[in-house]
Amino acid sequence: MDHPTTPARGVQEHAHTHVHEHAHEELGFWRKYVFSLDHKVIGIQYAVTGLLFLLFGFTLMMIMRWQLAYPGKAIPIIGGLLGVANAPGGIMLPEFYNQLGAMHGTIMVFMGVVPLAVGGFGNFVLPLQIGAPDMAFPKLNMMSYWSFFLGGVTMIVSFFLPGGAANSGWTSYAPLSVTAIGNGQTMWLIGMIFLITSSLLGSVNFIVTTVQLRAKGLSWMRLPFFVWAQFVTSFLLLLAFPPLEAAGVLQLMDRLAGTSFFLPSGLVVSGKALTVAGEGNPLLWQHLFWFLAHPEVYVLILPAMGIVSEVIANNTRKPLWGYKALVYSVIFLGFMSFIVWAHHMFMTGMGTTMSAFFQTTTMIISIPSVVILTALLLSLWGASIRFTTPMLFALAFLPMFGIGGLTGLPLGLAPSDIHLHDTYYVIGHFHYVVAPGTIFALFAGIYYWFPKATGRKMNDTLGVIHFVGSFIAINLVFFPMFIEGLAGMNRRMYDGGTMYTHNAAVLHWNVVQGYAAWALGVFQIPFIVNFFMSIKWGKAVDRNPWEATTLEWAAPSPPGHGNFLTEPVVYRGPYEYSVPGSARDFSPQFEPEKA
Amino acid sequence: MNIPYTVEERPDTGLANGKLGIWLFLASEVMLFGALFSTYIILRTGSTEWPHGELNVALGAVNTVILISSSVTMVLAWAALKMNNFGRHRLFLIATFLLAGIFLVNKYFEYADHFARGEGPWHNTFLAIYYTLTGLHGLHILGGMIVMAYFIGPGASLWKRSPEQFTNRIEYTGLYWHFVDLVWIFLFPILYLL
Amino acid sequence: MHSAPPVQKYVFIGVALLVFTGITVAANKFHFAVPLAITVALIIALAKGSMVAAVFMHLSHERKWIYGALLLTVAFFLVLMAIPIFTIMDTIGTHKPPFAVERPSH
Repeated sequence: MDHPTTPARGVQEHAHTHVHEHAHEELGFWRKYVFSLDHKVIGIQYAVTGLLFLLFGFTLMMIMRWQLAYPGKAIPIIGGLLGVANAPGGIMLPEFYNQLGAMHGTIMVFMGVVPLAVGGFGNFVLPLQIGAPDMAFPKLNMMSYWSFFLGGVTMIVSFFLPGGAANSGWTSYAPLSVTAIGNGQTMWLIGMIFLITSSLLGSVNFIVTTVQLRAKGLSWMRLPFFVWAQFVTSFLLLLAFPPLEAAGVLQLMDRLAGTSFFLPSGLVVSGKALTVAGEGNPLLWQHLFWFLAHPEVYVLILPAMGIVSEVIANNTRKPLWGYKALVYSVIFLGFMSFIVWAHHMFMTGMGTTMSAFFQTTTMIISIPSVVILTALLLSLWGASIRFTTPMLFALAFLPMFGIGGLTGLPLGLAPSDIHLHDTYYVIGHFHYVVAPGTIFALFAGIYYWFPKATGRKMNDTLGVIHFVGSFIAINLVFFPMFIEGLAGMNRRMYDGGTMYTHNAAVLHWNVVQGYAAWALGVFQIPFIVNFFMSIKWGKAVDRNPWEATTLEWAAPSPPGHGNFLTEPVVYRGPYEYSVPGSARDFSPQFEPEKA
Repeated sequence: MNIPYTVEERPDTGLANGKLGIWLFLASEVMLFGALFSTYIILRTGSTEWPHGELNVALGAVNTVILISSSVTMVLAWAALKMNNFGRHRLFLIATFLLAGIFLVNKYFEYADHFARGEGPWHNTFLAIYYTLTGLHGLHILGGMIVMAYFIGPGASLWKRSPEQFTNRIEYTGLYWHFVDLVWIFLFPILYLL
Repeated sequence: MHSAPPVQKYVFIGVALLVFTGITVAANKFHFAVPLAITVALIIALAKGSMVAAVFMHLSHERKWIYGALLLTVAFFLVLMAIPIFTIMDTIGTHKPPFAVERPSH
């Protein structure tokens, strides 16, 4: 069962046609760990940076939750640190609340979840799962990380400039965003351009790598579903992001060059008429923004579904139910995601014809989502479930995504959306999908692939504490939002809704949610401690501690440069668990038939 | 460590990595300029009146001729490499670079002329979208010129080490360049004539 | 591309493109109604663009993956052109006037 120790080599050696990388000399610290071309290092860079930004965005929310629970009261402990411009006497100003709100969304989506889910997991796992020595374009890969990094830094720095960070929502609707004073919004736009560029470069890499670098025998229908999910996600990023990049340039021109792309004629701001040419259209911004931002939410969920699929197959010791259905559904989902965007704009005065169009496409897109969720649920039927830490998070994902998805239905239907648009119901819906949905799936992925990346397992006791505490707290934060939203509580109200009498009956939920959010923060401590401790002191494992079937488990833990000791060959599908007549309960893709 | 199919084509897809990569990048560029064309449509249909005759049609037409010619020289630069004539390749690549430069110089004169009369992007919505479309297009021309300069200069040494890989890279540069030409083929009538 | 590149064809297409450019400018002299003018201009531009794409960019004999990616792109490009304007000019099936209405004089 031992693998011969031939040095790492790629598939073909055409020395006369290939420019040699510095593969066989020892690289210095900077080339090895900072400006690395290795997809595993870049993946870890993305993951760690993404996790740090997630923590930062989470902290912003924890501060917001104080203001919502106790509006107008000085923030304890850190209130004085926020500065007089933001919170004089520790009491949060509305402008600062708006900054926290806009940046919480922006940071979590663009600097947290996507970099971790796509940049982190995609980069680290995808080449390994397809048997490739690296990504197709390693230099491009490195550039996309640093573009992301620059974009992230730009966003964070904006907090410290006069006027503070962007405060017009993560959606940056015109004309509010265009007329926002200070540099915060301008920095947001510049930051977005860096972040978008990073995603575009990355998506080209992922698609070419998946198409071109699959190992021998790895046909399309033998790919792990994780690869399919990342593949479709990459097309979403490739084709949906550019319109937002263009829109960002247009808004920059409106802010800096005096144009009126998004400014209608006759606009009056703070009592003064704007001296601009006018004849622009604020809805143009909304269209260009949501053309990306709707596919973006599928960018948020698809990698998560991919991760959950891998963990479920592995911990049920059964093949996934309905592999073909999963594949066709994710492709169909990706395609549909481009033609539903204006369900975010039902209240903008579209006529009934176009409203009906978007309502219809939105209802249709729920079908593949349900197929995927059902297939994953059915995969549990008759299974020998191993309740490992990754499996706890993967199992929780299913009902959480179910709630998130179902609560999307009244939002996607135009008539009910009239009542629910811009209320806390919307916030509850999308957080269910992203927070106990995607982020739980990402935790599952971290616990699952940590041994591959480090050669050590994370501690299971700390993992269970992390899971149970997070699961309870996160539901206490987000479930009340449906109650608040149905009562009519608006989004983005810095006073927690106290100014409207119709909110009076549900205001007390703000206090519950505040404590739940802070508890959720506390329960991340076991995870953070576990993560760092296990790198050094976790239980050492061999290359396939989970007894899994996919290709990444053929490589050493951690894999060296070039990944595989011998050229990987694939003999069967990705989820051959409990094959009748087999000696073990798993038949890895990469092992030939026993004679 | 070698990445497979960097130069030779993968049998089942018939593609080298760079070929697929550049086409995917161009697909994203179609969406980028597409957003600006969509902007043009929305702004024009929403305007009370759309200016005519504000742009220098003659200069625009000249620039169109220049860019089309540069597309011809670009494809001939690649064709020369396929026929193993590095000298001819260089001539055509330099010609492409120079034609691109002339295009930008003409654009500079166009912009300067407008600015001298206070007609910047703030002047009206038509000029706003004109400057944005042609400006972004101009940045793409500049980007192309930088890549060409690299292949005329330090990048040319790849021809000695790996002529096939160098030829591929020139082909990909050409694809990018033809795309830039393609965008202009639509920009010219839309902005200058309609 | 293993056969010799068709240099003559490239030059011929180049000349054709210049001729079509001349046609584009000449067509501008006729003062068509706006919808007709747009149609004519787009047809000529599409003709020119097709020549660049098919011949210079070798698209006439490319691989399936390229065709597939481009087909997907064209579909979404058309969506981006058409749908937004439909939502703000949503007079389909009604008798309301189009978006730009007369402005009251100040």
